[in-house]
Amino acid sequence: MPAVTETIETIDRLAGGGYKFGFETNIEMEFAPKGLNEDIVRLISAKKGEPEWLLEWRLKAYRAWLTMEDPHWARIHHPKIDYQDLHYYAAPKRPAPKSLDDVDPELISMYDKLGIPLNERAALAGVAVDAVFDSVSVATTFRESLAKVGVIFCSISEAVREHPDLVRKYLGSVVPAGDNYFAALNSAVFSDGSFVFIPRGVRCPMELSTYFRINARNTGQFERTLIIAEEGASVSYLEGCTAPMRDENQLHAAVVELVALDEASIKYSTVQNWYPGDAQGRGGIYNFVTKRGACRGRNSKISWTQVETGSAITWKYPSCILQGEGSTGEFYSVALTNNFQQADTGTKMIHLAPNTTSTIISKGISAGHSNNTYRGLVRIMPRAHGARNFTQCDSLLIGDQCGAHTVPYIESRNQSAKVEHEATTSKIAEDQLFYCRSRGLSEEDAVGLIVNGFCRDVLKELPMEFAVEAQKLLAVSLEGSVG
Amino acid sequence: MLEIKGLTATIDDKEILRGIDLTVPDGEIHAIMGPNGAGKSTLSYVLSGREGYEVTGGSVTFNGRDLLAIEPEERAAAGLFLAFQYPVELPGVGNANFIRTALNAVRRARGEKELDAVAFLKEARAAIKLLHMPDDMLKRNVNVGFSGGEKKRNEILQMALLKPSLALLDETDSGLDIDALKIVADGVNALRGPDFSALVITHYQRLLDHIVPDRVHVLAAGRIVRSGGPELALELEARGYAGLEAA
Repeated sequence: MPAVTETIETIDRLAGGGYKFGFETNIEMEFAPKGLNEDIVRLISAKKGEPEWLLEWRLKAYRAWLTMEDPHWARIHHPKIDYQDLHYYAAPKRPAPKSLDDVDPELISMYDKLGIPLNERAALAGVAVDAVFDSVSVATTFRESLAKVGVIFCSISEAVREHPDLVRKYLGSVVPAGDNYFAALNSAVFSDGSFVFIPRGVRCPMELSTYFRINARNTGQFERTLIIAEEGASVSYLEGCTAPMRDENQLHAAVVELVALDEASIKYSTVQNWYPGDAQGRGGIYNFVTKRGACRGRNSKISWTQVETGSAITWKYPSCILQGEGSTGEFYSVALTNNFQQADTGTKMIHLAPNTTSTIISKGISAGHSNNTYRGLVRIMPRAHGARNFTQCDSLLIGDQCGAHTVPYIESRNQSAKVEHEATTSKIAEDQLFYCRSRGLSEEDAVGLIVNGFCRDVLKELPMEFAVEAQKLLAVSLEGSVG
Repeated sequence: MLEIKGLTATIDDKEILRGIDLTVPDGEIHAIMGPNGAGKSTLSYVLSGREGYEVTGGSVTFNGRDLLAIEPEERAAAGLFLAFQYPVELPGVGNANFIRTALNAVRRARGEKELDAVAFLKEARAAIKLLHMPDDMLKRNVNVGFSGGEKKRNEILQMALLKPSLALLDETDSGLDIDALKIVADGVNALRGPDFSALVITHYQRLLDHIVPDRVHVLAAGRIVRSGGPELALELEARGYAGLEAA
């Protein structure tokens, strides 16, 4: 149809123009030499002024990584990554800022451009932000007001210096250094990330948010996030990610660990919008991320919500280990792929204790030539009497060149457990599109509206202000997909 | 003014419209009646630009504009509205959000200022009251779980808010009880005025008791075979469509 051709042509002309975060920031940077070896690991550790135990931990991870192979079981394809052709450390040259006033104005203006308020006076009420630029944290807002209630929110490098006992106790306790290929790599070379500690009985008074930005060329970003909620504590945390548009692929391999003690709850939301590559599949971030939460305490709760629209490749399975009796794990996911993007994402819910419950709601949208796979594991261990799981996986296809795949693994070793799985696959119906268009919506707006409706069950789990952002993001990410 | 001249159209190479000539001046309401398969719904879909209907001849102009040359959303912006015979469900899409998005798309296309959420809700609530609809109509997902009557009323609500200059009502009366029929008619009558015209497609005369048309046309086998005043509808009700095709 002419409208469609025209749409496609317009998008072709603007190719890449749909990604509005693709600019580069000119900041004087300090790089470690390219390549990975024990000296680089030592250098990173020395740059951070780390204690000996942490260096040893990194080296152990590095040695483990050397013996491992990158995983091939996911439904993704990419050329072999040359790990010796990357920088493993990149940081703005200015010394680490002591306060917001010391932050390079160039950086402040970049975050302004991204809509991330680093200026506390201008900040949205109730959101504290930690900003990670390439390898280092550049600013954390609202630290003092958080400290008043005992909440620690800082970069992980600072936490290593100022709260070494807490870091040592929990780091690697959920995702061990040698857990998998990418986690081992991250453990060896992680440069920064966020640290959150909510003490016993405290409900964190504001949303916490970390904003990750990859800027430098040929640089891997390996951040490490650790969140601990003590007995009865609760916190809601959100991460956002963007990167400049580049023709080459960039590697991102993060690790996130969550620990919830008795009656604690952690809500972790992600809006992932790394550069996805252009319409021909050139460039984009390789996103290999290990996220895992341990519900260690009785009746604790960990809830993952993710909106994944970016990255050339997404390999990511935010999981919950339900160790505490009566604990709850949740996974709400929207994964949208367009053009030549590949996503293999899902979750693992490991039920170890009695009366544990988990909920999985996954919405996959594939457009263009993309491939979108839900991969999930629900495992009920023998001790998990009365465990319950409900899983719903819905896939929406746009066009006839894309793929949607659902790969659920269910293992139950307890007779009393109840596991439910529902899955649907659908296409946007012609009559839905026509209905919207007859009311005055363009074809693209109509698709955006229908897709947002499809994702509503997940989007409503996001904190309000981010839900609005996520909706816009879904529409933008679908540009050029109609046809 | 809507002017249809010699309009022919096919679906899957089957000729459905075989030369329609019809003029609807501003401010007038015309009814199109006719037996099943006469091409009534095809006419409404061709006028609103649905895919799959191929126009093979003739012309349609609306206020001087070549309607067939523009996309469905441009037709909406030009003031055309189709009330669907089978309104479509949009799961997860809130009705208020849907109508406001549509209204603002149309306003943008016409170079008018967009309505913010507060201003829109004020208008929407007023329309709902006027149409005697339940308040939760705006909160529910578009047509999901609506009864047949509710779906039709939702079409009228959208029409009331989008304020078209030409409404096509495609068998909006089918499946309606008498109360719902009155509400639908009230919705159309409320828009009546020198700048509003409508093409009311129906099987039965009873809707025309409530929306009194200026002209009645009989569509049979893809052609308009008779035209007349409102009394023609009564005659059809009494005698049926039999024998008209030959007329």
